[in-house]
Amino acid sequence: MEAYVNLFIKAAFVENLALSFFLGMCTFLAISKRVDTAIGLGLAVVVVQIITVPVNYLIFNFLLADGALAWAGLANVDLSFLGLVSYIGVIAALVQILEMTLDRFFPKLYNALGIFLPLITVNCAILGGTLFMVERQYDFGESIVFGVGSGAGWAIALVGLAGIREKLKYSDVPDGLQGLGITFIIVGLMSLGFMGFSGIQL
Amino acid sequence: MTDGSRKILIDPLVDNNPVTLQVLGICSALAVTTSLLPALLMCIAMISVATLANGTISSIRRFIPNNIRIIVQMTIIASFVILVDQILRAYAFEISKQLSVFVGLIITNCIILGRAEAFAMKNSPGMSMLDGLGNGLGYSLILIIVATFRELFGAGTLLGHKILPLVSDGGWYHANGLMLLPPSAFFIIGLLIWAIRSWKPKQVEKPEFQIHEVHRTEVL
Repeated sequence: MEAYVNLFIKAAFVENLALSFFLGMCTFLAISKRVDTAIGLGLAVVVVQIITVPVNYLIFNFLLADGALAWAGLANVDLSFLGLVSYIGVIAALVQILEMTLDRFFPKLYNALGIFLPLITVNCAILGGTLFMVERQYDFGESIVFGVGSGAGWAIALVGLAGIREKLKYSDVPDGLQGLGITFIIVGLMSLGFMGFSGIQL
Repeated sequence: MTDGSRKILIDPLVDNNPVTLQVLGICSALAVTTSLLPALLMCIAMISVATLANGTISSIRRFIPNNIRIIVQMTIIASFVILVDQILRAYAFEISKQLSVFVGLIITNCIILGRAEAFAMKNSPGMSMLDGLGNGLGYSLILIIVATFRELFGAGTLLGHKILPLVSDGGWYHANGLMLLPPSAFFIIGLLIWAIRSWKPKQVEKPEFQIHEVHRTEVL
């Protein structure tokens, strides 16, 4: 149990996908102008991340990894080079299914998420989460916790940045830094702040 | 080379840079800029995927049904990324370990999908390949500048050769550890954007909110 809590904190704060691995930056910068849209997108990312990381874990370990096809009598087959294409397929399909399910059963949430839901397919944070899971060889339980933690960390960073940018509208920024430039510097400062979490261990 | 195609190639370098103006493709690559060599390799990977994917997508653009085009584009891009990844693993295994997941993340790099969608779906294969090449180069330019700064001031080396002798080796330069940490990449890009926009004031964004100037007569 303790290991799981540790992994969660590590994934959410110490190794924050947005601030220390630069993942999902395009959406991170584009959708962080208002707090309410940021919360919607953050929520969507958490949900998709929780589902895709464990599903891709199952796909990798039962279909793609070296010797994973032993249950089908093909112990010598190594399909791991097909990894990238299958993960992105799984992510695209899951986002599509999630979209249809939400539309049918939770129309309110569906409307709140709006355009962000389909855009999540090309969010590097999602594919990055899966690739880190494969590279670090997490087991099934760990992959669930990692999915929750990394998604939540990304969402926290996004909402935090949106809060700062809402206030920033009223400040007098030098012309050349206006907009994108100052946003980068703020993200840098936030990233510096999140580095303060490193070294936390339970 | 005609004027039109030169414009397609040169424009993305500064005037319409994918990273600093179009806000695309920052995602996958800043983490590889702590030293120059992986950054260079990442640039080569990115340029080849952008060029090839743009060319391929453009040459079959008339046969791609409109409502499944994203999936078709993704599959083509993913195939080229797998190709590049396998080549890197075969010939530059050590560096491909350092690049870890970031080669795979070229798939979701918005530059490639964005250019495929915005340019390759409407233009001939030759032009599209030029556009891919240009955008890949624009991205590489930023990546190389950032990597040069970070390696030079963070470790005092360039491509592994000593440039600034470190105090720990009896030299005079105190290594700036912050340069090797993620925040510095954000700062460098922010400052780079400032520099480019001071040079080309046309790129400056309008402020969302203007403070009303109070004239002396109004106060009195």
